[in-house]
Amino acid sequence: MKLITHNMLTSKCLKGVMTGYPLAINATDVKVKEVDFNPEFITRVIPKLDWEVLWVAANSIGHGEGLPKTLEPKFEEDEDLLKRVHKVLLEVEVEEGNLTCPESGRQFPISKGIPNMLLTEAEVQ
Amino acid sequence: METPYQNHIDKADFDHVYEPAEDSFLLIDALEKDLEYLKKKNPTFCLEVGSGSGVVITAFGMAFPQTFCLSTDINFKACVMSKQTAAYNKVNLDTCNMDLMSSFTDNVFDVIIFNPPYVVTESEECGGCDITASWAGGTKGREITDRLLNMIPKKLANDGVFYLLLIEENIPDEVVQIMFDYGYKSDVVLKRKVRNEQQLVFKFFR
Repeated sequence: MKLITHNMLTSKCLKGVMTGYPLAINATDVKVKEVDFNPEFITRVIPKLDWEVLWVAANSIGHGEGLPKTLEPKFEEDEDLLKRVHKVLLEVEVEEGNLTCPESGRQFPISKGIPNMLLTEAEVQ
Repeated sequence: METPYQNHIDKADFDHVYEPAEDSFLLIDALEKDLEYLKKKNPTFCLEVGSGSGVVITAFGMAFPQTFCLSTDINFKACVMSKQTAAYNKVNLDTCNMDLMSSFTDNVFDVIIFNPPYVVTESEECGGCDITASWAGGTKGREITDRLLNMIPKKLANDGVFYLLLIEENIPDEVVQIMFDYGYKSDVVLKRKVRNEQQLVFKFFR
C-alpha cells in the first residue's frame, strides 16, 4: 500500500463510525521501490490530497523527513519538494502491518502490500 | 492500447481467479475506442472494481502513465494477481482487498471501470469471496452491479466517467434508467456478440 492510496481510504462504512478517517498506520515492513519521477503528475495530485493526513502518515512510518507540515503556495516551483512528495506518495510501500479505524479501533491487516478492508455483514452500516 | 503480458501467471492460479476472456478484451477495446476522449480528461485517478487478473487496469495504466491506477477485488488471490500483472508490465498499481469500492473517500475517481459478475444465477450463489464472485450475478445478473451503481454518484468525481460491461440479460435499459435518475447520460461504446451472449460496454457521465 502506497501512501497515496492511504490518503483516500476510510472505514466509514463500519456501523456506528462517522468519518473513519484518517486510518492510523502501523507498519512492520516498509519498502522503497523506485518509480519514474513525473513532476507534472505530482503537481496535479497535491491539491487533491489531504496534506496533513499524508504528513502524519509519512512520519508515522519513518519517511516524513524533509516534508513540510504545511505547503507553501508556490510548491510547484520547488523541484526538490516535488521529488520528496513523489517518493513518499509513490515509492514508499507498506508491505506488512495494519490500519486502524480512529473511532472504533477496528484493525485492517496489510499483507503482501494489500490492505484487507473486508467487513463482516454484522459490521456494515 | 496494448494487451498486457500475462505469461508470468501460473495457469493453475486461474482455478481461483477469473481468467481474461472475451468480455475482458471487449472492455479494453472499448477503452481504446474512447482513448481520445479519455486523454482529454487527463485523469489523475482511475479505479477498476473487481479487477481479477488485472488485465484491464494494466492495459489502462500502460496507455495512461500519467494516471495513478487503483484496483479492488473481494478475492485476495485476485488482488495479488492484479498487482503482479501490473508490475510485470511496469504499471504502477495499488490494490485493495475490498467489497466493490466501499472504503474509499468521496469524489476521487476520474475514471471507474467495472466488469461485473453478470451471469444470471440464483441469489444464493452471489456474494461470496472466491472465483464464483467473479461471475455469479444473482437476479437478472444485476445484484452486484446495482449495488455499485448506487455508489457511483458518491465515488466518481463530478466530471468523471464510468465504464460498465453488461449483457442483454442484465436488461441494460433498466441500468440506463437508474443512472439517468442519478443524473448521468449514457452511451454504448462498443458491443459484440460472443457465442450466444450479447456483450455491451456502456459509459456514464454527467
